[in-house]
Amino acid sequence: MHDQTIARLSAGLAAGEFSSEELTRVFLDRIERFNPGLNAFITVTEESALAQARAADQRRRRGEAGPLTGVPIAQKDIFCTDGVRTSCGSRMLDRFIAPYNATVVEKLNAAGAVMLGKTNMDEFAMGSSNETSFYGPVRNPWDLDAVPGGSSGGSAAAVAARLTPGATGTDTGGSIRQPAALCGITGIKPTYGRVSRWGMIAYASSLDQGGPMARTAEDCAWLLGTMAGFDPRDSTSADRPVPDYAAALDRPLEGLKIGLPEEYFGEGLDSAVARAVDAAIAEYRTLGAKILEVSLPNSRLAVPAYYVIAPAECSSNLARFDGVRYGHRCEQPKDLLDLYTRSRAEGFGAEVTRRILVGTFALSAGYYDAYYLKAQQIRRLISDDFQRAFEQVDLIAGPTSPTVAFNLGEKTDDPITMYLSDIYTIAVNLAGLPGLSLPVGFVGQRPAGLQLIGNYFAEDRLLNAAHRYQQATDWHARAPVAFA
Amino acid sequence: MEWETVIGLEIHAQLATNSKIFSGASTAYGAQPNTQACAIDLGLPGVLPVLNCEAARMAVIFGLAVDAGIARRSVFARKNYFYPDLPKGYQISQYELPIVHRGQLTIDLEGGATKVIGITRAHLEEDAGKSLHEDFQGSSGIDLNRAGTPLLEIVSEPDLRSAKEAVTYMKKLHQLVVYLGICDGNMQEGSFRCDANVSVRRQGDPKLGTRAEIKNLNSFRFVERAIEFEIERQIELIESGGKVAQETRLYDPDQGETRSMRGKEEANDYRYFPDPDLLPLLIDEAFIATVRDSLPELPDAKKQRFITQYGLSSYDAAVLTTSRALGDYYEATVAALGGEPKLCANWVMGDLSALLNKDNRDIADSPVSPAQLAGLLRRIQDRTISGKIAKDVFEALWAGEGETDAIIERRGLKQITDTSAIEQVIDEVIAANPEQLAQYRAGKDKLFAFFVGQVMKASKGKANPQQVNESLERKLKN
Repeated sequence: MHDQTIARLSAGLAAGEFSSEELTRVFLDRIERFNPGLNAFITVTEESALAQARAADQRRRRGEAGPLTGVPIAQKDIFCTDGVRTSCGSRMLDRFIAPYNATVVEKLNAAGAVMLGKTNMDEFAMGSSNETSFYGPVRNPWDLDAVPGGSSGGSAAAVAARLTPGATGTDTGGSIRQPAALCGITGIKPTYGRVSRWGMIAYASSLDQGGPMARTAEDCAWLLGTMAGFDPRDSTSADRPVPDYAAALDRPLEGLKIGLPEEYFGEGLDSAVARAVDAAIAEYRTLGAKILEVSLPNSRLAVPAYYVIAPAECSSNLARFDGVRYGHRCEQPKDLLDLYTRSRAEGFGAEVTRRILVGTFALSAGYYDAYYLKAQQIRRLISDDFQRAFEQVDLIAGPTSPTVAFNLGEKTDDPITMYLSDIYTIAVNLAGLPGLSLPVGFVGQRPAGLQLIGNYFAEDRLLNAAHRYQQATDWHARAPVAFA
Repeated sequence: MEWETVIGLEIHAQLATNSKIFSGASTAYGAQPNTQACAIDLGLPGVLPVLNCEAARMAVIFGLAVDAGIARRSVFARKNYFYPDLPKGYQISQYELPIVHRGQLTIDLEGGATKVIGITRAHLEEDAGKSLHEDFQGSSGIDLNRAGTPLLEIVSEPDLRSAKEAVTYMKKLHQLVVYLGICDGNMQEGSFRCDANVSVRRQGDPKLGTRAEIKNLNSFRFVERAIEFEIERQIELIESGGKVAQETRLYDPDQGETRSMRGKEEANDYRYFPDPDLLPLLIDEAFIATVRDSLPELPDAKKQRFITQYGLSSYDAAVLTTSRALGDYYEATVAALGGEPKLCANWVMGDLSALLNKDNRDIADSPVSPAQLAGLLRRIQDRTISGKIAKDVFEALWAGEGETDAIIERRGLKQITDTSAIEQVIDEVIAANPEQLAQYRAGKDKLFAFFVGQVMKASKGKANPQQVNESLERKLKN
């Protein structure tokens, strides 16, 4: 059962081949067995999972089941879950029990999905390797010496290792797509505003977006259809109907125009990854797509602009973690300043501290125009680049990340190299566009991913293009041997 | 050396919305600490603000009332600083693009002159919570009930030239926001408070002096005293060779002085930037037109109308337009009586206001309705009772003893207008006071009043005063 997709499990539940309780136990057993080696979960909610599973089975008996009813999933530990620890991968929130559910959690609960637990992540979603987590790094199921990517590394590893058929992630600069690529699974970052941010702990509010991670585009379609939608509690939420993503999956790709940005295939791209991406492009040609060259001339500015905007927003977003009302508080503060400084110094790890400092600097009087304002102008240029490209093509394709998964510890002392791991994904967040990563091959035993980028609210087209590819290939169906 | 004072005020008016500016929690005052703070007000992880449109509507009402520009697009910004009663570590405010632009307010100066005070801007923001520094065994308590309460910060131009002008402006603004129904104006509860920027310069100097900002003044008296103290302090300082420091000061009402709170060097760098959780606030023409149509007649316009329509003095018109309810009451009384606007004004401003004050009641809760007051005045008009007797009837009305006519009937207060009856009383009074009569006839005119008094006393105040005058005059001469 554990090697099945959500689509297949959903059909099995509907046909009565197994109950949700049985299915949930399968995954809980696997988590118990494999998680100690992977560290993909921070919290396993065994009891409530079984209760949800039994409730789902009853719901099915009443004839009220939907496609996700009884299907186990995992929640990234950035989503607030009522009554369950919501740590955001940080010591700061190690003992924080959220008193309410994020909209994404609420929606998946309402659909009858069963939450197995909360997945590991880079602290406050700041990282590209899952090594900044207070709970320790996650290991890549394909190679335990390798990182799973980040920040949604726990979700990616859990899906790849078949500890859950699907999971939620969040993506601020590539945090769904990059770990999806490095773990050989499928993940989609929707258009900014498509999925509510209510209850999703903010890193960089203007860039953060939740999305699903699963083995196939079809599974992502099912999950996204449930997660997406207007939420009056999020002022940046898009008030437009959610299309039936699953219904659009089989659309033929004849005449689909895919653009390859020259900037995504230049220096820095690992040649083996490039070969896997080229092969995938060739497959798309076979499927009837028309391949064109496009240019995104301001791409090189994306990483620097991102590392001004995201830290600036995070420096403000993380100010609430002050030790006053909740979260970590230092022992015996001698005065207010001591309470603030020690609580925060003890509660935050090095990368979070670095970004808060950078952001505080960038917003300071005398620097604001040179950094924050300039970065916002660059952001505009980057959006304009994409809009020009989308006048010529329907989708843009390229590598998700310049390399396959790197080794644990390999880049922890060199933040700049680490930041470049997101060089192809960051621009998509800056522009607010939807992006999807799907597995398209291996370099050695480590997976490589293809990124597809669509215009605003073109999630249906992205999922469709990924699904057709997955109908013709089997990269997505491969399992890491140790977890098969 | 002649000194000129330059003052600008930043006034925080709490908007009278039911719920907070970015959350659904109640804004009611006086609840148990932290019972009116929801997840958003507490700044829990993952929460997001959603603008309360009513707060924006009220800001637009204010803008239109002071003839200001309304921004078609305004932006909420984060003002970042750490304080225990600021749950998110930033205050959501408006910075570069406020909702209300340049406007103006005309104030009345002593001696009948007026002065136009520029309003630089008004912007929406959320209030912080409250730190309680007593009764916590050396720690401080935090009450977040007030956190997220909507405020309109109204910034004036440095057009004010004295503490008196500043208070006049502040009172006028206070009257206006209460009149518009966008602020309850309760200063004890902090619904209307002010920061004053004060500087002095030598008469004729085009350059502004260095200013000190006096924070959080919550009464008109404190504003006046704090500014007066500050002016004196600055002049003395400069005259003794010192320099005014740009700083924030606090007014201590017990000592009657301002004290330095923090200097410019210690001033926070608030690192303002647009709040990414909130979209720019877009206001279209149609919305502005709707608000404009819903605006009540403004106090200044109403005052002018009262002068022309009712022939009132400028003073009476000003008093009767201090609040919407008072003006409405007055007009309802005139309408019910069908005229006599001056008589109505005297009664509303006199006996009615006196009893309202005495019982500490709002005009909206007046036990005497405009129709009842008009009923009373009608009896003065038709000479059923005298003005003096009417005061007693009014008090009976106030006490709920029934309608005017019933009270007059029951108490036998009906005015005596029968000439023969009056003359009979006069004859008796004259007969009883031969000595005074002799003196009067000898030329002591002042004794006329004595006789009037005696006649009124003998008639228990019911004799028609005018008839008493006429008859008495005639009879005393003979």
